[in-house]
Amino acid sequence: MDLEQWIVGDRGFGMLLVWLLTAGEIYTTFTFLGASGWAYSKGGPVLYILAYQPLMNVVAFFILPQVWEVGRKYRLQTQADFFQVRYRSKYLAAFVALVGVIFIIPYLQLQLAGLGMIVEVASYGAIHRTPAMVISFLIVAAFVLTSGIRGVAWVSVLKDLLLLFSAVFVGVAIPYIYFGGIGPMFAALVRAKPSHLVMPGATTNLGHSWYISTVVLVSAGFYMWPQFFGASFSAKSSDTLRRNAVVMPFYSITMPLMFFVGLAATLILPGLPNGDLSMLTMVRKTFPSWFLGLIGGAGALTAMVPAGVMILTAATLFAKNMCRPILWPGMTDQQVAKLAKTTVLVITVAALCSAIYSSTTLVSLLLVGYGGVGQFFPGVALGLYSKRVTMPAVFAGIVTGVFVFVPLILTKHDPIMGLNAGFIALCCNAAVVAAVNLLTPAECSGFDEHPYESTGV
Amino acid sequence: MRKSSKGAILLALIPFVAICFTVSLWDRVYPMVLGLPFNFFWLIAWLLLTPVCMWGAYRLEAPRASGSHREDGGTP
Repeated sequence: MDLEQWIVGDRGFGMLLVWLLTAGEIYTTFTFLGASGWAYSKGGPVLYILAYQPLMNVVAFFILPQVWEVGRKYRLQTQADFFQVRYRSKYLAAFVALVGVIFIIPYLQLQLAGLGMIVEVASYGAIHRTPAMVISFLIVAAFVLTSGIRGVAWVSVLKDLLLLFSAVFVGVAIPYIYFGGIGPMFAALVRAKPSHLVMPGATTNLGHSWYISTVVLVSAGFYMWPQFFGASFSAKSSDTLRRNAVVMPFYSITMPLMFFVGLAATLILPGLPNGDLSMLTMVRKTFPSWFLGLIGGAGALTAMVPAGVMILTAATLFAKNMCRPILWPGMTDQQVAKLAKTTVLVITVAALCSAIYSSTTLVSLLLVGYGGVGQFFPGVALGLYSKRVTMPAVFAGIVTGVFVFVPLILTKHDPIMGLNAGFIALCCNAAVVAAVNLLTPAECSGFDEHPYESTGV
Repeated sequence: MRKSSKGAILLALIPFVAICFTVSLWDRVYPMVLGLPFNFFWLIAWLLLTPVCMWGAYRLEAPRASGSHREDGGTP
């Protein structure tokens, strides 16, 4: 199959399939383990997850349909292509690709770490985390290499059904088994420690200002993930995306159930060293081992399928938007596809190494990713809605955002001044875009031009 | 790029205000509703109310969008 088919399918995916594919990718190890993990270890602040689910779709409503339209007009395949065509700069596109690849790694790492936990708990400690991670990801890599995005879609459907079943069953059953219901569970929690249920919960620094800044960052940043941005190009029409944005919040209705499990665990299994294990440990304690295996299977798919999409996206960005334009302009599409396939393994190994050597909560990892990809938002939103914004302004903005965020993260200053570090970086980004824009002369928007016959991208 | 209708933007702001900016007003345990702490109840309610707002926005936006160009495969 050719490059375009491998990446975006045939642009014929109907509404249902796009919904499943997008929703399937959204429900990752983060939902499954991380959400309950934070409910266990942080309490109230976990509610930011429930907040951004609807709001990210409000943002998507105004962004994705237009992204699709320009995607079709200019035959865009990746997020970096968008920047290249709109701002007519292959260097900006390459930089966007680079940032995208770098910040996909924590997200990928999250899946790997989650997968390791699942196998370890589900095997009662028999299979150690590291070998499990390695094997699973080789399987994912092989899967991705042979089928591309279409192959991922059908497994996503299976994954979604399993995950839905698991989440609903576990999230309802555990409160009933231990407390007699969700109401009685909360009554017991309120008696024991009411402060855990509000912000800042068990933390000292995740209060309301953090919540607001994080919700804004993640709502704007969600569809800035290269793989989610890129998935929009596969939709059948811009109207499909608009309608999806309206109904998608319903899909998040299972999310609170994940919180309930984590909260129940605070009373049933206090003192767990790693909150992210709370869901699995509760299931292991409560249900027979075959059920644990089933949940483990759902969780494994939940890690592997989105991981597949992320790897695919990152490899494509690397080959098509970084290597070809900058290093080897003469590469054919076939060669790009080949390079992308080789890169698949490299990226997987990078994420694997990070997963093996780092230890932080799953949710925190994801927030690191958001601080990076969130910086694309001004470039995308202004690129769609403003003719006046210039390439140097957007480039400077993204550079500023990344170079504000990374030091803050490395020096553990997240949150800073009570606000999410990525949000602060985004504000700096926006300010720089505004300032540089005033200083640079107006340019033509790449979206006002006729599409080229050869894929200029 | 065509600008969105003011009505759609206003409808979209409602969930943002309710869910994000007013957190200090509703982040509390009491009153408990349906056995849930108020903040949990509030956010779950807005999971269901946001599509209502956005459906309104859709009704305002979609006719304007399809009026300006044709799309292939219009059947859902």
